[in-house]
Amino acid sequence: MNHSSPLNENPDPNQASQCVKVFVQRDYSDGTMIKFQNRFPAELEDKIERQAFEYTINQMNAYFMEAEEASCGTYCEGCIACLTAYLMYMCVQTHFEKCLRKIAKFVVEQNERVYQPRGLLLTNPVDRGLRVIEITILDQAVVPRT
Amino acid sequence: MPHVTRKWELFPGKNKFCCDGRIMTAPHTGVFYVTLGLIVGTSGLFFTFDCPFLATRITPAIPVVGAIMFLFVMSTLLRTSFSDPGVIPRATPDEAAYIEKQIVPSNPNSPTQRPPPRTQEIRVRGHPVKLKYCFTCKIFRPPRASHCSLCDNCVERFDHHCPWVGNCVGKRNYRHFYLFIVSLAFLCVFIFACAVTHIILLTRDDRQFLEAVKESPASVIAGVICFFSVWTILGLSGFHTYLTASNQTTNEDIKGLFTSRPGMEGLNPYSEGNVCSNCFFVLCAPLTPSLIDRRGIVTPEYAAERAAERAREQESRDTVIANNKSYGTVISQQPSMNGTAFTNEVNPAQVSNASQQSPMQQFQQQQQQQFQLQQNFQQEQVPTTPPPPPPPQQLAISHSLGNHLQHASGGNLHFSHAPGLPAVNGMELSLLDHQELNDSSSNLMVGNERITILGRSMEGSEPAVMDDLDIDLDVPVVGGFGGNLAPTLNAGDSSVPLSASRLQLLQDTTMIESALDLDSLEDSSVGGGSTAGLIKMNGL
Repeated sequence: MNHSSPLNENPDPNQASQCVKVFVQRDYSDGTMIKFQNRFPAELEDKIERQAFEYTINQMNAYFMEAEEASCGTYCEGCIACLTAYLMYMCVQTHFEKCLRKIAKFVVEQNERVYQPRGLLLTNPVDRGLRVIEITILDQAVVPRT
Repeated sequence: MPHVTRKWELFPGKNKFCCDGRIMTAPHTGVFYVTLGLIVGTSGLFFTFDCPFLATRITPAIPVVGAIMFLFVMSTLLRTSFSDPGVIPRATPDEAAYIEKQIVPSNPNSPTQRPPPRTQEIRVRGHPVKLKYCFTCKIFRPPRASHCSLCDNCVERFDHHCPWVGNCVGKRNYRHFYLFIVSLAFLCVFIFACAVTHIILLTRDDRQFLEAVKESPASVIAGVICFFSVWTILGLSGFHTYLTASNQTTNEDIKGLFTSRPGMEGLNPYSEGNVCSNCFFVLCAPLTPSLIDRRGIVTPEYAAERAAERAREQESRDTVIANNKSYGTVISQQPSMNGTAFTNEVNPAQVSNASQQSPMQQFQQQQQQQFQLQQNFQQEQVPTTPPPPPPPQQLAISHSLGNHLQHASGGNLHFSHAPGLPAVNGMELSLLDHQELNDSSSNLMVGNERITILGRSMEGSEPAVMDDLDIDLDVPVVGGFGGNLAPTLNAGDSSVPLSASRLQLLQDTTMIESALDLDSLEDSSVGGGSTAGLIKMNGL
């Protein structure tokens, strides 16, 4: 994902790796489904409005819930795949994959509209193994952690 | 076509990959081929010898049903063996550092020198669940996940590592595994029934039983194989049906996590409520796509990230050997010790050193420089091989060390060694006899089990420090008598030039360089003001 950022003249990925990063962890309070904590991290104070952040996380959680929801359609999908000896997966996208595409699109859109103008960069949680949502603070270099 | 590096080639676990990353299996697949051979062999016997006879004598439906069952078994088996069981990708270095920062105790004045607990208590649907920190993957394992030591990965909803299917069984392939076992049980019963029918029909044609066996030995072999395996498979499918119905994993069932104890309700917080929805959830819920992106193309950043991770792994392995604890390597704060993989990484600690003001940090910086110096020497000497882990016998340091240890200025050597004991457990320490330590600011303190480098002269507060330090020692230790030794040392001062080979020896025998981990620094700097800059090396 290469976005041109209005604030950051040099959207060099190597530079992003030296910036302060905030990680939003998973929320397991309702079980093992994919859900992220919508507690506002202190590091983002003054960087972004609380509502905007919460909207992003809640929206993302909603998308993941939709992806993981077991419905009649997904059940049929699983059965047909099983009957075709899982050869179906070679040519058809699963419901989950479609939802992930939607999430990727949402992340790009949020980055362009909300995060990049504020000097932040949202990383698609799928790229981080669904462990965390990574938010990079682009205009803040790494400070000693001690 | 130019070669494209894909992510599976840099995969940190031990899994094997085939077909350019499309297929992934466990590292040892020998038993899997036995399974495959048994199934294919037995079915082959059945199809070649029993099927033609039964198709003509009873019904042509038998080979058709058999073929469908066989194909189903094979597809589920191959699906289980060759797919990703739900590996959780390891944390990126930044993420790991973020987590480590959160683990480091918030109260630096806590009296204990023990490392902080590496578990996290959370509640899942009101039930307390402990998340353990995975030292390999640098993450807090999600609930139900477990680390498979054979594949060296954390696997989501880990069930077990099944050598028979040659893969871990986890969230992403449990349903295939379950279908495989159940269908295999049916196939087994089916083949066994057909083989017996074949023999019985032959004996009906006015033949003796032995004659019938002679006529069709293949059905006897297939029948015997099926007879012996069907019990195991039926038992296993029954067990997994129970697990599926109660939404548990083998791992949880063996550990008895949800069994009721006296005074405590044993409830599975992950259960969906009833048997039907549990089965539906386990077998039919939408599947997460593989998270490790095996076929993704490696970008330069990804490669750099992986290199940093590998360096960190190497480092923590050294720390495990040296410190007997595998945590606390905050890599970016350490000098590049292993001489590898750090070259293309900007070390944030070095960048930020200028802004560090506290004496503690200054000292730390000093130490880093010194050890980098030593590292340079070592690299000149042996540019390729990292120092081998020292055999435990060489680790303790004998009395005689003191007589030869030479200090450039003002340094004191403290011995926390019981005077009555034989030279530390009678181990030979002459290796270090001619060791020089050419640093002016640090003292070498040789205990029975630990080596401490003290940043400042601490004559005043010595007893307190010794108390702090000696809590772990198995052997009774009498306080330091640095005052007595210091004159001897200074007398033996003959300003021998610093030798790289001897520094190498020092590193080999003491692994001093791995003691530079930040956690230890923070842990041990709590004693009092004068102990600032204490680097300890624990439990050699």
